[in-house]
Amino acid sequence: MTNQQCLNHPSSPSEQPLLSRRRFLQKISYTAGGVAAALVGLPLVGFLFAPLFQQKPLFWRAVGDVSKFQVGETVVVTFEDASPLPWAGVTAHTAAWLRRVGDKEFVAFAINCSHLGCPVTWLPNAKLFMCPCHGGVYNADGSVAAGPPPQPLSQYPVRINQNQVEIRTTALPLESA
Amino acid sequence: MKGNLLPRVWFQRLWSIADDRMGISALVGPILRHPVPPDAKWAYVFGSATLTAFLVQVITGIGLATTYVSSAGEAYQSLQFITNEAWFGNLLRGMHFYGASAMVLLVGIHAARTFLHGAYKFPREINWLSGVGLLGLTLVMGFTGQLLRWDQNAIWSVVVGAEQAARAPWVGNALARFLLAGETIGGATLSRFFAFHVFFVPALIFALVGLHLQLVLHNGISEMPRAGQPVDPQTYRAWYQRLLAQEGVPFWPDAAWRDILFGAAVVVAIVLCAAIFGPPPLDKAPDPSVVSAYPRPDWYLLWYFAVLALTPPALENWVILLAPVLGFALLLAIPLLSNRGERAPSRRPWAVGTVGFVAVMIGTLWVAGVQAHWSPDFHPNPLPPAIVGKEQGPIAAGAQLFHERGCQNCHQISGYGGQRGPNLTTVGDRLNRDQLTIRILNGGTNMPPFADVLTPDEVTELVAFLQSRQ
Repeated sequence: MTNQQCLNHPSSPSEQPLLSRRRFLQKISYTAGGVAAALVGLPLVGFLFAPLFQQKPLFWRAVGDVSKFQVGETVVVTFEDASPLPWAGVTAHTAAWLRRVGDKEFVAFAINCSHLGCPVTWLPNAKLFMCPCHGGVYNADGSVAAGPPPQPLSQYPVRINQNQVEIRTTALPLESA
Repeated sequence: MKGNLLPRVWFQRLWSIADDRMGISALVGPILRHPVPPDAKWAYVFGSATLTAFLVQVITGIGLATTYVSSAGEAYQSLQFITNEAWFGNLLRGMHFYGASAMVLLVGIHAARTFLHGAYKFPREINWLSGVGLLGLTLVMGFTGQLLRWDQNAIWSVVVGAEQAARAPWVGNALARFLLAGETIGGATLSRFFAFHVFFVPALIFALVGLHLQLVLHNGISEMPRAGQPVDPQTYRAWYQRLLAQEGVPFWPDAAWRDILFGAAVVVAIVLCAAIFGPPPLDKAPDPSVVSAYPRPDWYLLWYFAVLALTPPALENWVILLAPVLGFALLLAIPLLSNRGERAPSRRPWAVGTVGFVAVMIGTLWVAGVQAHWSPDFHPNPLPPAIVGKEQGPIAAGAQLFHERGCQNCHQISGYGGQRGPNLTTVGDRLNRDQLTIRILNGGTNMPPFADVLTPDEVTELVAFLQSRQ
């Protein structure tokens, strides 16, 4: 007689108590196992998914003295991202294409192509942003000139604070469907 | 003579005692000697060879993990140390790369072979399903492995991956943040990919390989298909057992020697490639603020890189999101749609055609990915005077403008320049002065307008130069 037969087909009424005892032991094992698995698994799941629910504070980062920038020029500026971890090293850096459009007016374009995020390069003589990955090209105002990008280049908030140009850190610009 | 034999007798006696207590022979013997169809020959070596390549990955991966630092700030330095200073480090990294390449190649051949031979039909449907899972996990390992080469190429590949995930409806943003382990590339990103690459995904692979091998034993190695001998689930198992009883040969060594020989050849090829060609070179340090990056996937995903560049924008979300899902859904559906009938390729023209179609499609896209004509040339060499034809005057000035004002980043003339836009080597033949002027000032399909960039004199010079291209 296999175990299965043993459990399912009591050959005599006297085995009834034994059967219900076995069912009880099975249930207690399933429950104990399930509780133990959940106790181990849930903290891990919570730990892995935590980044989805943590809102990072946003910071203004100074990128240089106002006088450092020539009107009409577009240059790449580097600053620290919103939440640099102590071991992030150079990966805590981020950048923007900063253009001084007037005496007190600045525009900061994301370096990330709106297609799939690759870093665009400003060609000053052609007045175009070009992407090295899938062929996206943007006009000087960030509008799409060619290629697959679905949106203009996104822009970061810029301000002048105590004669310093400041850019506000933001999350990686994500293009939703 | 007797002196020579004595140790062997002692060894056998010792082994029989140990084996009696441990039961190794009783466990492994029936597996090694299980009967297999006699015609299971060289076509059958690709599955075991994939497993061999995986074992190379486990061994070289453990080696690399003893020195690699999975910290976003230090991984790059540890990779430089492994590559340039550590004894055998260069070889180990090379073996891990060529092992990955071999694994991707072999798992593809194995999948194509089992599909062409209809080996996924009854009773081996779940063999196929678990194999599709392993195929997907192999690609995941390839992608996450490339990211652990934590250089410019790697961090921008993470960004491209996250941006693709972000296109998913509803959960896109959450998915992208899950991959980045935050809102941007940073300290948390690499640690997470490292844990996926060395713990989580390999654990899934071990589990699925275990299931896959259990199914190979349980259902038996499929016999070579014969035309006119369709699979009938009602009778197949009994028929297969009769076949084994009449013609079967023990797996070890009658069939296994080919697996071992081919597997050893794969290992030799991996080590030779690593020794001769070395590991893929490290790109610049992983600094997200350095814009001069040129991110490319490793060769086994280059064809998908072409898909991302060449898909019309209107279709792109469908292609990025639905194509991979549909592709895997189709692979999973194969044994559910047809688990009976003919197995021979000669009786399944659609199956042969499908494999041919997929091979040509991936091959063509792969070539396109290698050439990447859609990427501008960021640093084109100026046209030499011999090609310009004039040392002075408007044509020479136009040639200089062509180089300086970004035309040459996208347009090629006589082999110089990018291939993003049309080749202009003979543009003077097909467009007149007015047409050229209008095109330059207003732009056109996929070309930006240059009216704000060029002065009227410059336009005249540029047009003069382009007209001379005949």
